[in-house]
Amino acid sequence: MDLKEKLVSSFMAFEEQIDVHSELHDVRTSAIKNFENKGFPTKKEEAWKYTSLNAILKNDFTVFPKHENAIEFAEVKKYFLHEIDTYKVIFIDGKYSSFLSATTHDGLDVCLMSSALNKPKYKMIIDEYFNKIASKEESLTTLNTAFANEGAYINIPKSKVVEKPIEIIYFSTGKENALMVQPRNLVIVGENAHVQIIERHQSLNENPVLTNSVTEIFAQKRAIVDCYKIQNDLQSANLIDNTYISQKQESRVSVHTFSFGGNITRNNLNFYHFGERIDSTLKGITIIGDKQHVDHYTLVNHATPNCESHQNYKTILADSSTGVFNGKIFVEKEAQKTDAFQQNNNILIGDKATINAKPQLEIFADDVKCSHGCTIGQLDESAMFYMQQRGIPKKEANALLMYAFSNEVIESIKIPELKQRITKIIANKLGVNLGFDL
Amino acid sequence: MLSIKNLHASVEDKDILKGINLEIKAGEVHAIMGPNGAGKSTLSSIIAGNENYEVSEGEILLEGEDISELAPEERAHKGVFLSFQYPVEIPGVSVTNFIKTAINEKRKANGEEEMPANEMLKLIREKSELLEMDRKFLSRSLNEGFSGGEKKRNEIFQMAMLEPKIAILDETDSGLDIDALRIVANGVNKLKNENNAVLVITHYQRLLDYIIPDFVHVLMDGKIVKSGGKELALELEEKGYDWIKSELN
Repeated sequence: MDLKEKLVSSFMAFEEQIDVHSELHDVRTSAIKNFENKGFPTKKEEAWKYTSLNAILKNDFTVFPKHENAIEFAEVKKYFLHEIDTYKVIFIDGKYSSFLSATTHDGLDVCLMSSALNKPKYKMIIDEYFNKIASKEESLTTLNTAFANEGAYINIPKSKVVEKPIEIIYFSTGKENALMVQPRNLVIVGENAHVQIIERHQSLNENPVLTNSVTEIFAQKRAIVDCYKIQNDLQSANLIDNTYISQKQESRVSVHTFSFGGNITRNNLNFYHFGERIDSTLKGITIIGDKQHVDHYTLVNHATPNCESHQNYKTILADSSTGVFNGKIFVEKEAQKTDAFQQNNNILIGDKATINAKPQLEIFADDVKCSHGCTIGQLDESAMFYMQQRGIPKKEANALLMYAFSNEVIESIKIPELKQRITKIIANKLGVNLGFDL
Repeated sequence: MLSIKNLHASVEDKDILKGINLEIKAGEVHAIMGPNGAGKSTLSSIIAGNENYEVSEGEILLEGEDISELAPEERAHKGVFLSFQYPVEIPGVSVTNFIKTAINEKRKANGEEEMPANEMLKLIREKSELLEMDRKFLSRSLNEGFSGGEKKRNEIFQMAMLEPKIAILDETDSGLDIDALRIVANGVNKLKNENNAVLVITHYQRLLDYIIPDFVHVLMDGKIVKSGGKELALELEEKGYDWIKSELN
């Protein structure tokens, strides 16, 4: 039985074991139908032209892990931003770990999707927000919706400035031979509220993992939301990260995606505007090697006037790795005075590395400023010579240059400890010790 | 200190240097002048080890050791310094961190311990004062957004930190106003002693008013065609390069 059949046939069993109200039941049923019709995406589809899931789907994934697994904090401490105090919503093999988490209901909700979906007191919010911005057409998103049951639920009330970042981490223990998990996160940020979220998926051994995650973020008027996605997983892990963001007027949302690990990583990042003077920021650093594959598929849908979007993606590809950047900016007829900027710089340091870069601008308004720049190159030889002349060996000089190349994106990380962490991961990834924290 | 013997070099099969001979002794300042395209910058790049050029014949000896097969960083570790005409920008890496890395890589290569942090700071303070550099300047990203004068001053600052045996200044005067020129030249003069040597590569005589050469060489079409004392520079300034050409013919 292939994975699609396995998922479709386990849907009935899944619905029986969870207790949900009927509206949700309808949402799930139509979602699984959509997935059943469309199946997993293939390279025949324009949006998946450069990324094939075929090899991954051959694994015999366990869809519902049989046992609850525990991890000692000491084992996984390094994956946390432990230098500072944070809220934590932690999952092990798709199941909530109260032991590793630090949730709250005190002035804000940082808790579990399963509670929000099942407890009557959240029903109104779930009815208003759940699956409202996520696609009802895209097959992997609907697959997630059909099985949506667990993940992080974050609700920040009006004018609340959340002092501590919120960490959402999904661990997989590898106790199953192959595991598929489908986290579902819902983030609602009230008027004038401000929150920072760090999200990470981490497997702890080499057994294959397929994560198909969906996150919906609703930023109300003047809300400020900063999201950081750390993708530094083992090379047996595959991630499809679907993020849908709804922004109301004058809200500012940024998403930084740091892709250093994993086997196949696909980021579907979608911004939708509902109001004027909205600011959207999408930034990313991708540094991969071996046969790793990272695909950034972004959409900014400018539907309203006077909004801005800023995209900046830096990619360094070594060995036989493959990068994809498909950045779509859609400016609707009403969205006059849009200021949309997109930049994508790629460096190939591996002879067999490949980048597929595709900026896509569809503009239907006549008074807009849209610009995009895409470069593909090698490391600057004259810069290499300069550093070598100062006595810095090739490997270290290389690392400094690559760091300098990604610096624009690193500079915009607002949490200093996270910035330090990312630069350390980069130095590690580049295999150098420079005697100072880059 | 540095002796270059019958050096021939080419880039993409085009001969650029056609048999250079040059002998620089410790404590001396030499200047190489010449018209554009004579091969001046090529010569400095080759001494520093730029791999884009192919040395087809001849040798480069530093204190008697042939360095012509060494990588650029190995030459740097042995005491070759090249002040670049166009220093490279490195965003996100501060002047301080860059020079720390350079110093410690050199020490590592020479089998020494890393320089203790307090000693490093003291040295940085001392040398930056010599170049009249603002403290804030040191925490800025290397060369990013620097003016022409700041870039050159930063080059000489690095030279002061690294204490090379042979310092090659490639068109260090280009893009400098008179104040910056004075500061840079003053820095070079203070660093100069009987154990090191300086090779100034320049198109104009201006810099040589401040860094007084013991010898002046004229490089034309890949060869040194004339050598003399500092008065040769003045003569070139006055008459241009054409009279040498006619003298040769």
